[in-house]
Amino acid sequence: MSAPLLSVRDLRVSAGPLDLVDGISFDLGQGEILGLVGESGSGKTMACRALMRLLPSRQVAVTGGRILLGDDDLAALPEADMRRLRGHALGMVFQNPASHLDPVMRIGDQIAEGLRLHRGLDRKAAWAAAIDLLAQVGIPDPARRARNYPHEFSGGMRQRAMIAVALSCDPGILIADEPTTALDVTVQAQILRLLLALREARGLAIVLISHDLGVIAQTCDRIAVMYAGRIVEQGAKTDILRRPLHPYTQGLIRCQPGEDGGGPGLPLPTIAGQPPSAGEMPAGCRFHPRCPRASETCRREMPAPHALEGRIVACHHPLTGEVP
Amino acid sequence: MDRFRFVLFRPLQLLPVLIGISIATFALVRSIPGDPVRVLLGPRGTPEAIARIRQQFGLDEPLWRQYFYFVENLLDGRMGKSIVYKIEILDLVARRIEPTLALVAGSVLLSLLLAVPLATLAARNRGGLADHLVRLVSTSGLGLPAFWLGLMLIILFSIHLDLFPVAGYGETLADRLHHLVLPCLTIALALSAVLTRNLRASMIAELQSDQAMAARARGLSEGQVFRRHVLPNSLVPTINLLAVNIGWLIGSTVVIESVFAIPGLGQLLVRAIFARDYLVVQGVAMIFACATVTVNFIADIATALADPRVRL
Repeated sequence: MSAPLLSVRDLRVSAGPLDLVDGISFDLGQGEILGLVGESGSGKTMACRALMRLLPSRQVAVTGGRILLGDDDLAALPEADMRRLRGHALGMVFQNPASHLDPVMRIGDQIAEGLRLHRGLDRKAAWAAAIDLLAQVGIPDPARRARNYPHEFSGGMRQRAMIAVALSCDPGILIADEPTTALDVTVQAQILRLLLALREARGLAIVLISHDLGVIAQTCDRIAVMYAGRIVEQGAKTDILRRPLHPYTQGLIRCQPGEDGGGPGLPLPTIAGQPPSAGEMPAGCRFHPRCPRASETCRREMPAPHALEGRIVACHHPLTGEVP
Repeated sequence: MDRFRFVLFRPLQLLPVLIGISIATFALVRSIPGDPVRVLLGPRGTPEAIARIRQQFGLDEPLWRQYFYFVENLLDGRMGKSIVYKIEILDLVARRIEPTLALVAGSVLLSLLLAVPLATLAARNRGGLADHLVRLVSTSGLGLPAFWLGLMLIILFSIHLDLFPVAGYGETLADRLHHLVLPCLTIALALSAVLTRNLRASMIAELQSDQAMAARARGLSEGQVFRRHVLPNSLVPTINLLAVNIGWLIGSTVVIESVFAIPGLGQLLVRAIFARDYLVVQGVAMIFACATVTVNFIADIATALADPRVRL
């Protein structure tokens, strides 16, 4: 494998004394789709906001680690340089397209905005490029649709438009934070197919954040599973889905309808207990209070991520060989 | 198409409102104690003279017939004759409408010129010194009565600094504008207090909105996000706030025209009330009512133009 496009090392995001993201590391290769999975509050959204350096308030900050993109460390870049990379090297698509588009600006102008800013295109050229982008994301009659306002688009079309906005300056990396969660299932599949097509056409690398393993299974090459601010297991999608090594990953997979969990008529299995909040992290492994395999070691020592069977796992008692 | 229908039919819907206002005005004026003819003639009025004048102005007729005369005069457009000035009310109003219009327009313009920069300063430095100062000043602005503020401005700018005239209205355009500065400022200070507070709140909400975050993710600077996305979105509710305040604004011109001796409609109204000049009071009140209704109509259209989501 060639050198990764983006390398994250020991990334830490904190709100005051609380660590929301506690030292995560992953790589993203050219044209690769990495799925970041986890429950709400596991820090996956904070992690991707940190990549863009768009944290929700002044109290939340990147407090450690490196985000290497080419020769730049995004974690240490001055704001003015970071701003040039936003939209240009890194594009972002959000969960709720209705609230992330400006209601009083035409769709075409919102797409053209980045082109005029980063590429210095004039009004006419940027508008033509915006229409072309709308066509690329599968909006019919793009020349007319560019003059519409967001409320005149359906949910799926808005998400397509937001993808067009994010891709306007041809970034190498797209960060997609729950891009299909607000959409209904048929539209969801269309958007995922669009992301796959764009990856093929542009060699786009995508970080796809989702709580839905089904979405991840349909799209990703590799998966990183997050729990309580840390990555507990990462590796190739097929390996992880077929044979998880971390008990939390196994629990997540079992909670999916139609996976190897409870068949028709049986209640879905759940993982007992609640994920810990940032202020009340348990000592040792953060998953141990909910883990069926927890031992005395788990209660005392935080497991370090280590290579195992072609992936990286942070567990004292991974599910190797033996059948649980 | 929808908008075209709105512009066409909305004025028709306003017709019942105007009829209601005309009845209310008529009834209120008649319920003021005192008789216009006695006020006009003073103690030397003989019963014969009083009766003659009452007959001349139709005041001896039953109330319902007087109301119909009033409506007839309104529809005629000339609004009948003033008992005191002995000329048609339309002419009276025409002579006095310009200072009032100038006062209202100047006040709105000045208050926007004050409110937009102040709200921007406060919202972009939320929690900072500028924000606290702006909030302090705008809260005090809300509490000050207009007549008192007007007098204070006269004492400061006219008497001590000698920058602006104490009162009255000029002959030439430049002279008139010079006379209007202090009265406009008096109203604008109060109005901009309301506008600044609301604008600041909506700017802060827009700065934290998802769409502002998405604009930042496109690489826009804070200044660009503000100008291109935050400002347009937070100005939309301000249009309606201004329209809602138009009634208050007209009320203020009545007070301010008296404080600064500006020969406008407000001053005419006050004098007409003291003289029990029924038809003038009714006429001016109807003009104010129509103005309020019209301004709200225009504000509805302006909101729809500014925000494509609004359906008329």
